[in-house]
Amino acid sequence: MEAHNITSLVLLACGSFNPITNMHLRMFELARDHLEDTGQYRVVKGIISPVSDGYKKKGLIEASHRLEMARLATENSDWITVDSWECLQPEWVETAKVVRHHHEELLSAARNNDDVDTVKHTKKRRIDENYLGVSSHQKRRDGPQLMLLCGADVLESFGKPNMWKQEDIAEIVGRYGLVCITRSGSEPNKFIHQSDMLWKYRKNIHMVHEWVANDVSATHVRRALRRGQSVRYLLPDPVVHYIQECDLYSAESEQKNADVVLAPLQRYTDASSS
Amino acid sequence: MANRCVPLVLLACGSFNPITNQHMRLFELARDHLHSTGQYQVVGGIVSPVSDGYGKQGLVLAKHRIAMAKLALKSSNWVTVDEWESQQPDWTETVVTMRYHYQRILKEYEQRSTGMHTNSSSNATPLSSPPPQLKLLCGADFLDTFKIPGLWQDEHVEEVAGRFGLVCVSRGRLQPERAVHDSDTLSRHQQNIFLVREWVRNDTSATEVRRALRRGLSVKYLIPDSVIEYIHQHNLYTEDSERRNKGTVLRPLTKQAQQPVNSLDD
Repeated sequence: MEAHNITSLVLLACGSFNPITNMHLRMFELARDHLEDTGQYRVVKGIISPVSDGYKKKGLIEASHRLEMARLATENSDWITVDSWECLQPEWVETAKVVRHHHEELLSAARNNDDVDTVKHTKKRRIDENYLGVSSHQKRRDGPQLMLLCGADVLESFGKPNMWKQEDIAEIVGRYGLVCITRSGSEPNKFIHQSDMLWKYRKNIHMVHEWVANDVSATHVRRALRRGQSVRYLLPDPVVHYIQECDLYSAESEQKNADVVLAPLQRYTDASSS
Repeated sequence: MANRCVPLVLLACGSFNPITNQHMRLFELARDHLHSTGQYQVVGGIVSPVSDGYGKQGLVLAKHRIAMAKLALKSSNWVTVDEWESQQPDWTETVVTMRYHYQRILKEYEQRSTGMHTNSSSNATPLSSPPPQLKLLCGADFLDTFKIPGLWQDEHVEEVAGRFGLVCVSRGRLQPERAVHDSDTLSRHQQNIFLVREWVRNDTSATEVRRALRRGLSVKYLIPDSVIEYIHQHNLYTEDSERRNKGTVLRPLTKQAQQPVNSLDD
């Protein structure tokens, strides 16, 4: 039976989600379509993991708001969920650790045959069905595979000094895998070619080409909001309403962490100088 | 001080096959831009889907396109869908659709201002706000259609750009300034053509949406959920539906070809 070879897969996206946009959500849809089209995977769940306030990125508003917006944005999705573990950590957590954490969660969930997530009932049931549907064929007890979902910019940030520990990149790409959304103009393949480590694990890197360019970024959305311009149809309506209600993005909020060094830079620069 | 802003209604004509989030973004971008000029108060937006007589390939029935546009705009408090154009048995020239809407808007305005006169008993003569204007809202690619031979009659371009005016949102790398420069008619009415720059590139098009739907790919977050549901319920976009009107000459091309003869008869 051909179903034997289908691996069930969970996609994890890490980032600021400041705020979450339709583009973030599109990445999940594009990735799922692409991976399922290969005939090798069944994407059973997506996890959005907003970064903790300790990341110290300029303009990063409180995690509680970013979490709530992500929750509102995924209310109408039957497979994308939001997880608060990372953003509730007092300090910034390396992405490799976040991936490890979620992998362990998936493992224990598979063992207990119980979903540890706090997803809503219908969503939970749908995701449970996804797991069961595949695992009965696979007769596997080690749970679904986990991959990190990202834009081409993350792949390129691997090359930036002091942003990543090399062993973390090796763990993420080598042990788990990467799904990277690319578009015309960016050259991720060249980037992989130029990095010995990425090249070594190239088979674990899945490129998803986005044919319809869409440059909506959270930065652009915040800029429009500061200027009192409409952001409708760039973000889900409930998120737009939430931002208005809480008056979230202003010139003032954009100055948060303005003179602070980004947590990874701080951590790795200190480490290399000591 | 009273608001001296000119009230303005934006009209978007097109296939809306189906309506996408990008269509609705055009309205938002145009309104923000016009407000930032300090000269206009955008009081409404109209989506006017083309009639089935247009003859464009893959065009699904107007009743479906109308229903989808209505679902998509349910949550908008200023953009509405108008069925008049879509219900005409034959394709209607854009200028004719504009005339229809402008008359309707003017009539409403006159009724409102006479109503104000009768209601105001005291000395306060109602500040007659300037009469509303109607402008055509379009994407940058639209300006290029003026160049296509046989698609537009010169006097229609003249009336659309001169009498009404255009609000054109640039998309991707298209250069609307170029299109205006290249056309004598358009450059003559430059002051009546508002070019809105969309800084965020978004290439979502109805064509791409139909392509994804035919291939069974996700279109979530490109069009509203309610529209996706409607499309699935009615199984709207398939390989069959994309073959509709295949090989048919676009109605404006055949209709306008007859026109010069008609005008000689006049």
